[in-house]
Parts: sequence; C-alpha cells; structure tokens
Amino acid sequence: MQQPNKLKPFFENLNFERDDNTMVINFGPQHPSAHGQLRLILELEGEKVVKAHPDIGYLHRGVEKMAENMIYNEFLPTTDRLDYIASTSNNYAFALAVERLIGLEVPRRAQVIRTMLLELNRIMSHLFFLATHALDVGAMSIFLYAFREREFAMDLVEDYCGARLTHSAVRIGGVPLDLPGGWLEQLSTYLDNLPEQIQLYEDLLTENRIWKMRLEDVGVVTPEDALNWGCTGPMLRGSGIAYDIRKEEPYELYGELDFDIPVSDRNDSYGRYRLYMEEMKESIRILRQLITMYPKTEPQIMAHNPRYISAPKEEIMTQNYALMQHFVLVTQGMRPPRGTVYVPTESPKGELGFFIRSEGEPYAYRLKIRAPSFFHAGVLQHILPGTYLADVVAIIGNTNIVFGEIDR
Amino acid sequence: MRKYTPKNNVQGKAKYTDRFWVAPRVPHESVEADGHFAAVHRHVGQKVEILDAYVELGQLVIHIRPEDNIAALEVLKNTCDYAMCSELSAIDYLAQDGEFEVFYQLLNLKKAKRVRILTRIKENQAIESIVPLYAMANFAEREMYDMFGIQVNNHPYLKRIIMPDDWVGHPLRKTYPLQGDEHAAWYEVDKIFGKEYRDIIGPENRDPGHIDRYDSQRFSRVGYEVPFGVDVTEGEAEQPIEYSKQILVDYTRGSEVLDTRK
Repeated sequence: MQQPNKLKPFFENLNFERDDNTMVINFGPQHPSAHGQLRLILELEGEKVVKAHPDIGYLHRGVEKMAENMIYNEFLPTTDRLDYIASTSNNYAFALAVERLIGLEVPRRAQVIRTMLLELNRIMSHLFFLATHALDVGAMSIFLYAFREREFAMDLVEDYCGARLTHSAVRIGGVPLDLPGGWLEQLSTYLDNLPEQIQLYEDLLTENRIWKMRLEDVGVVTPEDALNWGCTGPMLRGSGIAYDIRKEEPYELYGELDFDIPVSDRNDSYGRYRLYMEEMKESIRILRQLITMYPKTEPQIMAHNPRYISAPKEEIMTQNYALMQHFVLVTQGMRPPRGTVYVPTESPKGELGFFIRSEGEPYAYRLKIRAPSFFHAGVLQHILPGTYLADVVAIIGNTNIVFGEIDR
Repeated sequence: MRKYTPKNNVQGKAKYTDRFWVAPRVPHESVEADGHFAAVHRHVGQKVEILDAYVELGQLVIHIRPEDNIAALEVLKNTCDYAMCSELSAIDYLAQDGEFEVFYQLLNLKKAKRVRILTRIKENQAIESIVPLYAMANFAEREMYDMFGIQVNNHPYLKRIIMPDDWVGHPLRKTYPLQGDEHAAWYEVDKIFGKEYRDIIGPENRDPGHIDRYDSQRFSRVGYEVPFGVDVTEGEAEQPIEYSKQILVDYTRGSEVLDTRK
C-alpha cells in the first residue's frame, strides 16, 4: 500500500556529503537532551560546530489561533500548556494582561496568593532546570535530589489548586480559592528545608571540577548579543545586564517586597547556573515576606466588578442579579474595551509577555505570546558555531528552553 | 433568507450582541504627559512622518508608514536607547481594510520604558527586515511570514519556521479556519501515500470514542471476536462465550490447576 518513493526523509533538501571536510548531522527532534522537540541541523568540522540551524515547530498546537476562538476565561487553562514547567506564571501573565486591559484592581489577599504561587513556580522551574541540566552534563544524583525537592513544591501547589503541573491557579480578577488551612505552615517548613538542599546542590556542583570544565566559558553570550537577540531573564542577567521586570516594572506585590537581583558578568553557562541558584534563594526570601503579609489581608479573593467578573458563589446562589451577570459572563464572555495591551512579566525563563488586541468582542482579536524560550532557541544559531559538539547539549540545557512556549 | 456568513473572517464571534452596544475604548493619553515619551516622539518625528502617536496603558504608540520602519527603529535604537526589541508580529485586518498591521514592541532597559511602533501594509506588500538592527527579528519575522504570509525583504533566511515547509496557507489569517482547511486535513496522507489514497484511507476520525463495527483490523470493536482482517460486513458468526478450565480459576476453593502448577 505504501509507495516507497513517496515516503522521503524530511531533510531531503540537505546534502549530507559535502565536498569540503564538513559533516552535517541531525540532532533531534527525539534527542533526550533536546529538552523537547528541538531539532538542530549542525554542520561540523571535526568536532567543531561551524553552523547550527535550529528547527522548531514540532509541538505547534496553534495556541494563538485558539485564543482568537475562545472567550477570555475559556483560554486561561490553555495557557497552562505553554511553559508547562511553571504553568502559574503563564496563567498569571495572561490574567494580568486582561486585567490591565479592563483596568481591574485585584484584592490584596489574591495578590499575596498569586505572588506566592509565582515564586513557588519559580523555585519549581529552577529546580527542574538544575535537575535536567545536570543530568545532561552527567551529574545523575543532582537530578534525583532536585526532583525530590520539586515534588514537595508540587505537593504544595497540589494542596492549593489540585493540580501538579497544569495549575490554572489564577483567574482573571483574582484567585479562585483561599489558601487551605495549614498551608502556610507547610510552606514555611518547605522554605526552612530548601536552603539546606540548595547548599547540597552547590556543594556538589559549584566547585566540582567536571562541572566547571563543562560549563565555564561554554555558551558565551555577550551583553550586545543578549540585547540584540532578545535574550531575557537569566540569559540577560548572566551577561551582566541587571534587568528584572519584577524590579524595573513592578507588578503585583513586587514593588513592596525586599529582594535582590542577582547578576553575573561571566557571560557563560557557569555564571547562569550560579544565577539560578541565587534566584532560588531570593525566591525563598520573597516567600518568607509574603507569609507574614498574608494574615494582614482581608478575606476577599476576587475583584468586584460585575461587568467583567462573576460575583462570589454565595451571591450567585442567593441574588438574582448576580446570577444573571454570571450567566452572561459564562455564556457570552467578558468584553474588554477596544485597545491594545502588552504586559511583560518575569517568568522563570525570562520575559513572558502577552500582547492582546481587543476589538471590544468577547474574543481576543489577536493574542501574541512573547515567549522567552522562542528567542533563546533563536540565539542558538549564533552561540553554537565555534563550540564543540559535546558542548551543544550543555548549552541547550543551560538556555533552559521549554518547547511548550516556543512552538505554542 | 438565511444569514450570510462572511468567508473573510471565520474566527469565533460573539453569539449575541446587544443592538445598542458600543464597545468602550482604552483611554489614550497625550504624548506630552510623559517627558521621556515626548522626547522620543520628537526624535522620531524629525526622521520620519508620524501618522498618529499617543500613550496607551503606559506605553508610547507611534503609527508610521511601512517604508519608514528601518529609519524609525534606527532612531529609537541609536538615539533613544531602545536597545531591545521584545516582540514583533502582525494583526490581520484583511477583512476590514485589506491590510495587515505590523507591530514592533521595543524596550528601553535604562529607563524601563516601552514603545510600540505600528504600521499598516497591504495584503501583498512586503516590509523591510529589521534584522540588521535587532537580530531577534530573525526568528520573529520568520514566524510572521509563516503565520500571515507577509513577505519580508532582505531577511537572511525567510523560510517557514513553525509549520512544515510544504504547508499550504497561513494559519493565523482570519480566513484560515480553526480546524484547518482541506490541505491540513489530508496533509499526512498526501505526503506519505499520495493524493490518490485519500479515498482508500478516508478522512481522519477525530472522535476518540468511535468504534467501527466492521473494522476487524484495529483493537477495539463491538460484536463477537473474529480473526484479524476478516470481512465482517455480512455479519460475524455467532459464537457462544467459551469458558476454559485452564484460565478460569476458582480461588475460593482449592484449584486443581493451581495445585498442579505448584
């Protein structure tokens, strides 16, 4: 039935045998160290990479198209599937963009809970980065240690919202639930134990001879390149540019919190690894402050704005008008005003921005997701040439790219 | 007469809109309200013609002509310190105006300010690549080309990035349906087997609970068990359910089979 001449390899346009000395190899999309479905076409001269051509799109699900065909609240769970390592940061970035568009003030308790979840997600994402990156480089035990701590963080998130990976723990206008009883105590226990664990990772890696040899001066991104190629987050701060959106353009409670922005001017993978470790410590600091902030807040967790946000459940069940509003908001969806908004947030990977063009309809006219990993995958074609094949895996692991948000 | 459905925008639309509903607009502030934005506006205005400029939700928005995009971004990058381009893409207004709106979202890291440059191009009009100014446009413009079919002049490698190279159509256009078009539905069949196999293979069934009664080749089916690949369109032979002593073990009493195995 199958015609042999019809089934051709996908890289038929590539010439694998060159007249000169270079060899073309195909890395991925099923390579275990490609962190998803990254396909790299590498041109090698001996073991040196002469040309790298990242090929993406193997996880394309048309999220931006789906956003144009869903009401705003309907789209929120879809954003979980972007950066599935830290999904609350996507939920939050989308919710914040819609809130800015409709000019909504979120109650303080919801802000505290959201910021807590964001920082917990940052810790989870950074632990995942450390685990997979170390595994790629060859340190298996770190993988197990980091995943153990990540499981505790995921348990905390599960206790809050019931999901481990796809949280959907943020709503437009607030959060759906208050913290369950005893959650803050569990969180502080976790925060008490985490520094010890981070110290363990650092003891194992930071001065480790093999780790340093694999990471130092590997994957060099100069400050000019970082700006030029749109690198954000640890990729930018690892090049000596102290730009953290939490600090520079504060959103949520970050304006009130006391935390530092770690910067490294090493420009290489080792500096970025150190940054990730420091950022986890800063997240612990932020979470500790938030735990003290929580008891001082009023119990309201959803914004009161009947035009856009459904009333609390008790009101819906008891008051006719609240039920009507809720019915309209669920069946027809909220209609934000006409206008455009671009809201950047600092996700664990870098600048995650949602660009929303609203035409006053319940469906977004255009929703563009500015995913940090997309540009970090783009910079690979610039930083890989000149490195050795063995370093390619280390560099991919160090850029911390997630294909859910690259391909969208 | 039944309602006419427009073909130039097949995206989701409001199920019901009040007759008297007028959508409010996000307030636009004057450029002069912010000193930095006023200076940026002045600098850009000296180089290129500004069609419209205002501050929307804390970000400066400048409308320019498409042929001026390089000149305007050059001023922003070199004079006004907008060192990073965060994002660029397009918005499909083909149904309304026959135009695309291209936006460039820029960031000034020293002052933490953001500027958005907007420009409108006709359907088949090309736009100049900004890769010489911002290398991030390498991927972003490829995505714009892939998703909207906008030609970008002088781009170093203008190929599809997310969709396969031989894909037909540009998925983010408003004319492209959410479920995909005919080419999308038959993409794998056409590519692997050839168009002539469309009838033999049949359309993809997207119902996860679907069971074909007459299909004896796949795992799940209703009816009696039949040998693999047997034609059961005439109905399969009725078989009584057979119980085997070998398999069915009564665990409550001491079983012979188990005893012998021991």
